[in-house]
Amino acid sequence: MTLISTLIGTLVFAVLAPVLGCLLAGLDRIVSARMQGRVGPPVLQPYYDVRKLLEKEDASVNSVEKTYIICALAFALISGGIFFSGGNLLLCVFMITLSSLFFIVAAYSSRSPYAEIGAHRETLQVMAYEPMVLLFAIAFFVAVGSFDTAAVLNLREPAIASIWLVFLGLLYVLTIKLRKSPFDLSMSHHAHQEIVRGITTEMSGPTLALVEITHWVENVLFLGWIGLFFVWGNPLSIVLALAVMVVVYFLEVFIDNNFARVKWQLMLKSAWIVALVCGTINLAILVF
Amino acid sequence: MAFASKSPWVIHYDASSCNGCDIEVLATLCPGFDGERFGVINTGNPKHADIFLVTGSVNERNISVIKEIYDQMLEPKVVVACGICACSGGIFHDCYNVIGGVDKAIPVDVYAPGCAVRPEAIIDAIVEGVAVLDQKSKALKEQKKGAK
Ligand code: SF4
Repeated sequence: MTLISTLIGTLVFAVLAPVLGCLLAGLDRIVSARMQGRVGPPVLQPYYDVRKLLEKEDASVNSVEKTYIICALAFALISGGIFFSGGNLLLCVFMITLSSLFFIVAAYSSRSPYAEIGAHRETLQVMAYEPMVLLFAIAFFVAVGSFDTAAVLNLREPAIASIWLVFLGLLYVLTIKLRKSPFDLSMSHHAHQEIVRGITTEMSGPTLALVEITHWVENVLFLGWIGLFFVWGNPLSIVLALAVMVVVYFLEVFIDNNFARVKWQLMLKSAWIVALVCGTINLAILVF
Repeated sequence: MAFASKSPWVIHYDASSCNGCDIEVLATLCPGFDGERFGVINTGNPKHADIFLVTGSVNERNISVIKEIYDQMLEPKVVVACGICACSGGIFHDCYNVIGGVDKAIPVDVYAPGCAVRPEAIIDAIVEGVAVLDQKSKALKEQKKGAK
């Protein structure tokens, strides 16, 4: 049963998430442009970019890079499928980490110094956010009584009521996960901040298109995590969750446009301190 | 219509000469003219770029750099020579070390003269370059079809 629902969930997610993620990315770029006093590109600009990349010559520094990227995309899709079909949250978290690891390995495989610096930094980002994300899954289990995301539908009050501290912690690492400034260490969405182009330096054409799609899918999944805190037995709560997701994304864009990049030391320390304070205190309160 | 014309990503290289055109190119890409309206993004990476903006003339030191950047770009790609130095060597044409315009090193698709070239002229040149990009993209598609 769970296998079938996960399969169906993955298929539906694979169709819907890129569409939603693309629109989200387009809105992100328009809102960013308006914040900088510009008109900005059309909403579908990310779609045009990806279509153009797919049209480009298919060349790669080696033959495995694209395979790794395809794996990254596939695991991101499975992770989303598990999450939105009401599956195991812990498994979802591990799947998306696996996806980021494939992305890192793809960058390392090119053996270019620029891509390697990007990959080092991406590894640091994973190190920075992973403790908080794991604590989020554990706190979710303690608060809801199950790792299954579907269990929230039986709740009398949303999870946010008991694990709001974890929510704040997750909000903090979300900026790292979305690779937004001030934590856009491994690759910047805005050109010319980066040592060439960070982790994607050696990826080009169709491979880069797949990377873009992976990011769209990831963004949808992470916003889903945020929404999870606000869903309970009442069907109307889904509307509330969607509203919170929009607000959170806007907040991320706002932060992105208003902060300069920090050093990795600060990112790592602050993310771990946040995880320690928000995660463990909240867990302690729940357990005792 | 090819999608190439909807998202022209540019890379910019200042070969030599007085740097005047270099500053104009950066002025073109800054928020005042908002190139992103047309999908223009300034990438620092030849592997991501579609349009190669070169300013300044070619000399013995930079000819290999220009060729290298050009070779790293993927098809379809377009080269725009910005400023009279990049077009023909300009006022530096008879310097002992200057070879000439960018077309001495790589094929140039669009010439944007001016000393210094105005941002408006650069935008015109990029729009012109986008049309060429479209043609090349179509040609590449035909080629791919033929190969199958
Ligand atoms: S064309 Fe004029 S402004 Fe431009 S680089 Fe040459 S000398 Fe300088």
